[in-house]
Amino acid sequence: MIPSIPQSRSFRLAYGGYVLLFFVYLALPLTVVAVFAFNDSQFPSLPWEGFTWNWFFGSERPQIGVFHERGILRAVGTSAFVALCVAVLSVAVGTSNAFLFNRYEFRGKGLLYVLMLLPLVIPGIVLGISILVFSSTLANGLWDLAQMDIQALRPGLLLVVLGQFSFITTIATLVISARLQKFDRTLEEAALNLGADRLTAVRTITLPFLAPAMIGAVVVAFLMSFENFNTTLMLVGSDAPLTIAMFDRLKEGSTPLLNAVSLLLMLGSSLLALLVILFQRKP
Amino acid sequence: MRSQSRIAFYLLLTPLVLWLGLLIIIPHIDMLLISLRERISFGVYETSLTQYEKALTEPLYLRTFARTAVMSVLATAITLLIAFPVAYYIAKMAKGRLQQVLFMLCLIPFYVSELVRTFGWMILLRETGIISNLLQWTGLADQPVELLYTDATMMVGLVYTSMLFMVVPLVTTLESLDDSVVEAGYDLGGNGLSVLREIIIPHAMPGIVSGCIVVFMLSLGNYLTPTMLGGKDSLWFTEMIYNQFIVRSNWELGAAFGFMLLLLSSVIVWGMLRLTGRTLKETMG
Repeated sequence: MIPSIPQSRSFRLAYGGYVLLFFVYLALPLTVVAVFAFNDSQFPSLPWEGFTWNWFFGSERPQIGVFHERGILRAVGTSAFVALCVAVLSVAVGTSNAFLFNRYEFRGKGLLYVLMLLPLVIPGIVLGISILVFSSTLANGLWDLAQMDIQALRPGLLLVVLGQFSFITTIATLVISARLQKFDRTLEEAALNLGADRLTAVRTITLPFLAPAMIGAVVVAFLMSFENFNTTLMLVGSDAPLTIAMFDRLKEGSTPLLNAVSLLLMLGSSLLALLVILFQRKP
Repeated sequence: MRSQSRIAFYLLLTPLVLWLGLLIIIPHIDMLLISLRERISFGVYETSLTQYEKALTEPLYLRTFARTAVMSVLATAITLLIAFPVAYYIAKMAKGRLQQVLFMLCLIPFYVSELVRTFGWMILLRETGIISNLLQWTGLADQPVELLYTDATMMVGLVYTSMLFMVVPLVTTLESLDDSVVEAGYDLGGNGLSVLREIIIPHAMPGIVSGCIVVFMLSLGNYLTPTMLGGKDSLWFTEMIYNQFIVRSNWELGAAFGFMLLLLSSVIVWGMLRLTGRTLKETMG
C-alpha cells in the first residue's frame, strides 16, 4: 500500500474517496458556523433569510452585532487578560523547567519528570475542582486563624489563571525542552572561554537560540487558555471568560450572534497559528 | 563556580516545586481528604468512607460511571479506526505539497474552540438543522427529524473533538516507516493484509498507544459534548461532578466522584502502557 506497489484502480478511488469524505467531516461543522453568521434571521438555521452584516456591526435590536454587544466584548477582554497572564507565567516556568531537566543531574529527577507530565493525564474538571477545594480550604483556614477574608481565594480570575497555568505549563515545558535538547553546548562553552560569565553566556547565546520555541509556546499557551472550558468552568466567578459566556448563551438558545463571535474566533486563532508557522520557517 | 551552580540549581528547582506542590499535589491530597469525610452537622465532620459507599451503591451513580468508561473506550476505538487510514494516506500515499496541506487541514479544527465545534454540530443536527432539512428535501423524511440528544450524536461529537490527537501521532510514527520495508514485505510474498498486520501496525504501535491514551483521556474528561449533544439518558460522569460541586454544593460527594474519575483514567492509562510495555515518559514526552 505505497505508491510504488501497484494497486487496483477501484481501490485507489475508494481510498481517495474515503480521505475526501474525512476532510468533509472535518470541515462541515466549522463551515456551517461561519455561513450562518451572515443569516438575516433570529436563528442560526434554515431557512436562509438573506445575507447581512448585522450580526457583526448591527446596533439595533433585535440584531445587535458583536461589536455593539457589551457582554461579549467584556468577555473577550477577560479572556485575553487571562490568556496573557497564563502565557507569560507558563512560559517563564516552562523555560526554567527546561533548563533544570536539561542541565542538571540530581536525585529524584526521574520522579519529578513524571510528576511534571501528570497534569496532561488529569482530566481538566478534576484539576479544576482540586484547586477549588484547596483554595477554599486555605481561605477558610485564614478566616479561622486571623479573621481575614481573602477574596482572591474564592472562585474568580486568579483561580482561573492558576487552574489553566497548572496544566499549560507542562506543554510549555515540553515545547521549550525539545528545542533546548538540540542546542550545541560547545557554543556556550566558547562564550565562557571568551570571558563571559555563565549568566551572560545563557542570556546572549542560549536564550536567543530558544526564542522561536518560547514564542511558539507563548502563542500555544495563549490559544489553549483562550479556548479552555473544563478547568475554567469549575473556577469561574462573576467575570466570565468568553467560552463560559458563550456557553451560558448557548444554553438559553442561540442567535447568529454566536456564529459571528465564533467566526471571529476562528479567524483570530488561524491568524495566530499562521504567524507562528511563518515565524518558525525563518532560520 | 561550584556554589554558583548550586544556587542556580535551587533557583530553577523552586518554580517547579511550587507549581507541582501548590497546584497539583497538595490540592489533590486536600480533595482526597474532603472525599473521606462526612458532614455530621454544621461545621462538624467525621472521617468515613460514606461518600464512596454512596457512590458505589446508588445505581444511577454506578451506571453513569460505567457508561462513561465504556463510551470513552468506544469513542477511542472509533477514532482510531477512522483516523488510521487517513494518517496512512497522509504519511505514505500523499507526497510533497499535498502531504503538507492535508496535515495542516487536520490541525485547523484544533485551533477552534471546542465550544464552536459543538455549536457547529448543533446547527447541523437539530430539528430545524441542515441535515434534517436535507432529508426532507430529498424526500427521505416527510417531517423534521431530531438528530440531537442521542448517544450516536454524542459519539459523533466526541470522535470529532479528539480526532486530531489521534491523527498527529499516527502520521508521525508512520512517516518514519521506510518504504523499502513495506516493499520487502510484498517481495517476500505478503499481501496487503499481512503487510498491514505484520509490518505497518507493529511499526505504528507507539503512535497508536499515545493517540489512544490522549483520546481516551479527552473523552472521559469531556463536559461540553455530552452536555450539549447528548440526551437526558446520556449523563456523563463529569456532569455529575459539576452537579455535586456547583448545583448541590455537596463537595464531599463531588470530591469522591472526582477521585473515582481520576482513578479510572489512571488505571486505564497504566493498563495501556503496561500492555504495550511503554513508559509515560516515552509516550508523552
